[in-house]
Amino acid sequence: MKRLFLSAIVMVFAFSLFGQKHFTKDGHISFYSEAPLEKIEAHNKRVTAVLDSESGVIEFALLIKSFQFEKALMQEHFNENYMESSKFPKAVFKGTITNLEDIDWTAPGKYNANVAGSMTIHGVTKETETTGVFTVTEEGINGQSTFVLLCADYEIKIPKVVADNIAKEIEVTVDVNLQPLK
Amino acid sequence: MSSILGLAQEEDLLALLDDGEKETYITTAAFKTTRVINGHSIENAAKGVLDVKISHRFGFINSGISDLFGLDNATIRIGADYGVTDRLMLGFGRSSFEKIYDGYLKYRLIRQSSGKNQVPLSVSYMTAMAITTIPFTDPDRENFVSSKMTYVHQFLIARKFNDKFSLQLMPTLVHRNLVVNANIDNDVYSLGIAFRQKLSNRLTVNGEYYYVFPDQIADEFKNSLSIGFDIETGGHVFQLHFTNSTSMVHKGFIAETLGDWTEGDIHFGFNISRVFTIKGQKTVEH
Repeated sequence: MKRLFLSAIVMVFAFSLFGQKHFTKDGHISFYSEAPLEKIEAHNKRVTAVLDSESGVIEFALLIKSFQFEKALMQEHFNENYMESSKFPKAVFKGTITNLEDIDWTAPGKYNANVAGSMTIHGVTKETETTGVFTVTEEGINGQSTFVLLCADYEIKIPKVVADNIAKEIEVTVDVNLQPLK
Repeated sequence: MSSILGLAQEEDLLALLDDGEKETYITTAAFKTTRVINGHSIENAAKGVLDVKISHRFGFINSGISDLFGLDNATIRIGADYGVTDRLMLGFGRSSFEKIYDGYLKYRLIRQSSGKNQVPLSVSYMTAMAITTIPFTDPDRENFVSSKMTYVHQFLIARKFNDKFSLQLMPTLVHRNLVVNANIDNDVYSLGIAFRQKLSNRLTVNGEYYYVFPDQIADEFKNSLSIGFDIETGGHVFQLHFTNSTSMVHKGFIAETLGDWTEGDIHFGFNISRVFTIKGQKTVEH
């Protein structure tokens, strides 16, 4: 009986905590870069994201292999030569919303957010900051952000022979629809 | 208590959603291109991709300084591969040596994969037809066009062991419609073995050897042994190699290789592969 009571308490706590979390498993992250000879664009529609609206913790994870390119060979080289996706299969961002007080998760509307945290790509972790917009609706929370990454920051080497084909700066666009975690 | 629980969940927010592998990932890039050296690799041109290949074999290195170690003589094959689907590739080519036209199809039967469905190796079937267009050696005999034709059936069995190392076996049947005399088999069974080892992301060393089972071809013919390097530079792959085979079609390098490595009968040669995306892959609708 005592045990049942205890587990009931645990469940209630767990439920209340879960209630403040929103998540998705099919978020969309794309990147775009423009070099003199080649535009590179790829999309990943299997991004996992979790937001704890109470603490402001927000995390993203994706598999490098799930990026789709228009050119098959580009996709192969992206995985084989640049991202080394069999060695470093995931990219992860773990951060917090630093202006949590400006966001009312219960009132529908658009909120600008500042996010700071650590980004891990190609096995390299870097502290980073960016801005984004959360749109709170009845259905859930939409999060969007655009920021620029430098290949060199994550030790992604671009040989001189292809310097005209591959830009050193990559523009990343995030678009996730978060649903309550039940 | 709630703080303990909260903390525990804080630690692995993402782990909350981690319910194991849901997808299957096809292993790609066991080889840099669709050829190891002379023969096929397990790779296909991707769907909608045209891979144009220009290959040269220079003369034997032991021809000495007067021929600049073979560079004065060259044979060429010009050809192209096209990926019809992710599994089916068609190709053709024309060689200056014996003026051969060749065509083939390669189909991926089994694909190595990881993730949800794990398959340890890839298997492809390759079949080729070639026609020699030099005049018949014996024009007085009754000759048929079909006599100039040869056929190949080949299974490619490959495994990419890790990032760097791939190994491939190639059980192969070459059929010649016409052979020199009645004592020689029309069919030649052989087993090929090939590997590639990455030296860096863009440089690999490849080897390829075809063992012809005994008593099928005349003694003067040797087994084909080739060793080379693949250098990849974005859209191009340069394959530079040394081989004792003159021909770049199967019936030639498997059943009619005259060069002997120990005598220095070695050709330097290269294949250049340039890829054009004719039809792009679907990425994501905007």
